[in-house]
Amino acid sequence: MVLEFLQSLPSPIAQGMIWGIMAIGVFITFRVLDLADLTVDGTLGTGGAVLVILTTSGLNVWLSLLVAFIAGCLAGLVTGVLHTKFGIPAILAGILTQLALYSINLRVMGGRANTPISHRTYDLIVSSNTDLLPKTILVTAIFIAAIIAILYWFFGTEMGHSIRATGANEAMARANGINTNSRKIIGLVLSNGIVALSGGLLAQFSGNADINMGRGAIVIGLAAVIIGDVLLGKIFKNFALRLLSCVVGGIIYYIVIAIVLRLGLNTNDLKLFSAVVVAIFLGVPFWKNQLAGKRRKKSKAVKEDAAHA
Amino acid sequence: MLEVKNIYKTFNPGTVNEKKALSGVDLTLADGDFVTVIGGNGAGKSTLLNMISGVYSVDSGSIVVDGIDITGMPEHKRAKYFGRVFQDPMTGTAATMEIAENLALAARRGKRRTLRFGVTSKEKEQYRELLKTLDLGLEDRLTSKVGLLSGGQRQAITLLMATLQQPKLLLLDEHTAALDPKTSAKVLALTQKIISENKLTAMMVTHNMNDAITYGNRLIMMHEGRIILDISGEEKKQLTVEALLHKFEEVSGSEFANDRALLS
Repeated sequence: MVLEFLQSLPSPIAQGMIWGIMAIGVFITFRVLDLADLTVDGTLGTGGAVLVILTTSGLNVWLSLLVAFIAGCLAGLVTGVLHTKFGIPAILAGILTQLALYSINLRVMGGRANTPISHRTYDLIVSSNTDLLPKTILVTAIFIAAIIAILYWFFGTEMGHSIRATGANEAMARANGINTNSRKIIGLVLSNGIVALSGGLLAQFSGNADINMGRGAIVIGLAAVIIGDVLLGKIFKNFALRLLSCVVGGIIYYIVIAIVLRLGLNTNDLKLFSAVVVAIFLGVPFWKNQLAGKRRKKSKAVKEDAAHA
Repeated sequence: MLEVKNIYKTFNPGTVNEKKALSGVDLTLADGDFVTVIGGNGAGKSTLLNMISGVYSVDSGSIVVDGIDITGMPEHKRAKYFGRVFQDPMTGTAATMEIAENLALAARRGKRRTLRFGVTSKEKEQYRELLKTLDLGLEDRLTSKVGLLSGGQRQAITLLMATLQQPKLLLLDEHTAALDPKTSAKVLALTQKIISENKLTAMMVTHNMNDAITYGNRLIMMHEGRIILDISGEEKKQLTVEALLHKFEEVSGSEFANDRALLS
């Protein structure tokens, strides 16, 4: 039983790694820019749809992936413009784009809710086929390394610094001559591009693009970011390592999912399970603070009582 | 170098929360002026600074810096003219970024942000020397996150940041109000040093009448969105807190209402 489980591990690991790329995208908005961007639920599907349609119509799969990335960037641009030029709160701006993307994704897929792509017919980069899993894990690892390297460099540049400053302290950023609106747009573009790239890989991995593939993606992305943060935050301080911890979070998330499914959880209840996991992980730091606050108050009260007595 | 002409600003017009913040402010600063700004609660001191730096837009009137009309210019664009330090030590720095990164951000105020490195090693050396002059032991903590520093340390760094690129005008908005008296004195001394060494033009809002009298070559007092006193030169040197309070009552016809100012 245990051995069998271990043998089945490569699949959730590969899946977790691909979602880890998505989580890196979420990290850029959620952690660096301090924005909750819900566009990603749509962008993931956009990435998948664009990749499958282009590849099956004969375009090279790498070029298709590049176009998927660009399509994601455009979706991020729309949310960015809605947020900064239309003055719509970031969450709502993301929801609007996400909703619009549902129609757009359907159009991209020619009106079908699901379009298959087979690793037998096309020379795919990744696949969940057992024989191709080692290659899939290796290639995804290379993708992750490249993305982390590029982002590490980018966020160390003058431009990257200005984006981080925008997320850390907007008043300070503007006082230092940074156009915070443009920086938010750049961050959203980059984030959604990466999410769409992940969607393109995910469609290859699962053998199809589905109109619902991005439903709840933000929750899984957040789960990966937060699990990585909670488990590794204390030791991974460096920016590159923090990005890596998102990927680790994604892998752990999918291993846990594999375990609970094996323990008999109904697949239909998966999203409920994900939501509960994320809610708890988001709540823990808050409760910790509250508890610490109460203890401080208590010990202060005790001291004061002692002083009065 | 700064010409503020007949500025009006009303917050939440037409609502129950309507507040006339500025009602026709005129102010002209000469190069090298160090003006202290004092006034009661809600007199419009901070609002005036925020209008100059572009946090809020003006209802009417104009703001001109060195002949350039900046009245309609967005905050981040006019940032190249101003160095700013805020009342809240948290406002002036990015807590999650390193000391060196914060300084490097400020060093690029008014310049295009490119894909070159955010902090060069040459800059790090320069910042280390600069931090030594603060005498706060920060020169060995270039890579520490600013969020780990005390309020006084953060204000000192914000002061460096505000003046790293020589500003046309340094705007200090009660920048020592949130500090304890000892730290406050230290930061004020540093402010004085930086202003005189770099021959800066500066405006300092303060709630402390003694500080307002001690520092600078000119003092303005605000009341109900107007400048009601403007004292400079010999007359300012002769000022005392009592005289200032007396003058205030004479001009405004009411008592000076700023608890903090009266207690300090």
